[in-house]
Amino acid sequence: MTLRTDREHRAPAPPAEGAPDGSRVRRATALRGTVLLLVLAAGLVVTALAAAGVGAYPVPPLEVLGSVLRGLGLGGGEALDPLTDEVLWNVRFPRVVLAAIVGASLALAGAMMQGIFGNPLAEPGVIGVSSGATVGAVLVIALGASALGYWTVIAAAFASGMITTVLVYTLSRSGGRAEVVTLLLTGIAVNAVAGALIGSATYFSEDAELRSITNWQMGSLAAATWSKVVAALPFAAAGIAAAPFFARRLDLLALGESPARHLGVDVERMRQALIVVIAMLTSSAVAFAGIISFVGLVVPHMVRMVAGPGHRVLLPASVLGGALVLVAADLLARVAAAPQEVPLGIITALIGGPFFFWLLYRTRARQGGWA
Amino acid sequence: MNRLRRTLRAIVHGSGLRRISPPERVPAGTVVLAARGLGRSYGSRTVLDDVSIDVRTGEVLALVGPNGAGKSTLLSILTGDSTPDRGEVTVLGRPLADWSPAELALRRAVLPQNFAVSFPFDAVDVVHMGRAPWAAVDEAEDDDRVVVEAMAATEVTALADRKFPSLSGGEKARVMLARVLAQQTQVVLLDEPTAALDIRHQESVLRIARERAARGDAVVVVLHDLALAAAYADQVAVLSEGRIAAYGPPAEVFTAKLLSDVYSYEVEIVSHPRTGVPLVLPVR
Repeated sequence: MTLRTDREHRAPAPPAEGAPDGSRVRRATALRGTVLLLVLAAGLVVTALAAAGVGAYPVPPLEVLGSVLRGLGLGGGEALDPLTDEVLWNVRFPRVVLAAIVGASLALAGAMMQGIFGNPLAEPGVIGVSSGATVGAVLVIALGASALGYWTVIAAAFASGMITTVLVYTLSRSGGRAEVVTLLLTGIAVNAVAGALIGSATYFSEDAELRSITNWQMGSLAAATWSKVVAALPFAAAGIAAAPFFARRLDLLALGESPARHLGVDVERMRQALIVVIAMLTSSAVAFAGIISFVGLVVPHMVRMVAGPGHRVLLPASVLGGALVLVAADLLARVAAAPQEVPLGIITALIGGPFFFWLLYRTRARQGGWA
Repeated sequence: MNRLRRTLRAIVHGSGLRRISPPERVPAGTVVLAARGLGRSYGSRTVLDDVSIDVRTGEVLALVGPNGAGKSTLLSILTGDSTPDRGEVTVLGRPLADWSPAELALRRAVLPQNFAVSFPFDAVDVVHMGRAPWAAVDEAEDDDRVVVEAMAATEVTALADRKFPSLSGGEKARVMLARVLAQQTQVVLLDEPTAALDIRHQESVLRIARERAARGDAVVVVLHDLALAAAYADQVAVLSEGRIAAYGPPAEVFTAKLLSDVYSYEVEIVSHPRTGVPLVLPVR
């Protein structure tokens, strides 16, 4: 009773002297962003330790931690038995690290792509860039080309991913924005053509190539090695290093192309640079792990729900969140049907698909559409 | 320390390490934006034909005219959003194309007619975007203070924490205007800023335009409401079929004959009994 009367009589609080409304709002948003980044970083470390410990040969988390610290030359207590170290360092760690790299790349690429398309539905998988990159890889596998050794496949995935990104970008935009419908239809068209190419490559392939191709399409980290980690890392690192340079400009681009230009953004140059970064991140992720859908869509979405759409938090939080999600998903892929392994791409699609729909439904209910 | 902070911020904000010196303000009465012989055709249809305009500091210039007269085309050429087939636009004596977007953003702000924001930014964040060009400038004013003032001027302070897409049309228009004000440029181009607004806010927008002009800024505003143009503009350019039909102070330009011709509708001009401002009334 008292409470209600209180509320009824309470006048709106006047903004305190020197602390105007707007700055307080922005400080609160910034605080939420910082907390989110810390939580994600902690979550990533815990999940990674857990993922490295779980499996056919379980290792307790503390022993995993000790092994990591010893490996980094930071003490960590007594050595484990050689088998444990062997399992951790040759099998589990490269896999966990590669999962983190691929997840971070995909989520960052998704966040950036949504930024330049001005559309929260843009995602490497949805708009067909992932399958475009796969076409290159699959064709190389099927034709048995090996001009650059193992790197041939990666280079092919990279090149075709790049071409597809540019193609989709050119085809689906009008007046500086990609309409949802145009974007999704372009994605359907690109996915159809890519599917046909992948299908024909599959059809004419021998058994060994076939398994390799299937692995690509379903997405898997089972073949993770340190040399793949070393090869994938520079691309992810370059993308992450580039992110801060684009954060503020991506915010401005949300106003539309002309307004961003009137605020001093060289839109054309920025767009070209970002297309390269996105194609690089996506293509390298696909090159090392195959098609893993929805990470680039779901992770930035969740970050926006918590910390708002500002790219200065969105981009780094997507990096951490993407790594966290994919390490967890890969753990699930390993244990869900143990001793069999479920392809990782199937896990992310099974979880991500319905989640995507729920996001759509929620947003539509709240905003009355996507426009 | 402050300098270091600005440098770091400039990197993060994407303008890079290149420092930009703050723009010098030019004295009132200077031509800051000039168009010479602008022409533009879409196919066989000529939308603009030999249009020349001088925009001076200390003045509000209103662009008026019937639908399809070329107002939007003219404004989009003045802003650089589209390029003319013939003629040239200069800003402070330099061709528009010679300015980098970053330099131009410190001197000229544009309020677009359509405002969509792709992601649900808070209103205060949208206004803060107007400060982006100043991130690389050494002696810039305090961003927070400028934003607070701009939001107070357009009466959107209370909307600070609202998501931009959830605002009403009029609220969006005022938040966007606050963003343009926060940009602190000497030249301001407003494309139909009063379209979504009620009387109170229409008047307040044009009062702001007047105040800016009084402080030595140049304001170009596209208007539909001739009464508003008559009351607030120093100069009016009446566009008709892609040409400037009349150009001058509203009291001289707004004649019943000219406006009746231009709008293809009989109008009469009445002097306001108290203020003497010409009132344009359709004959009913």
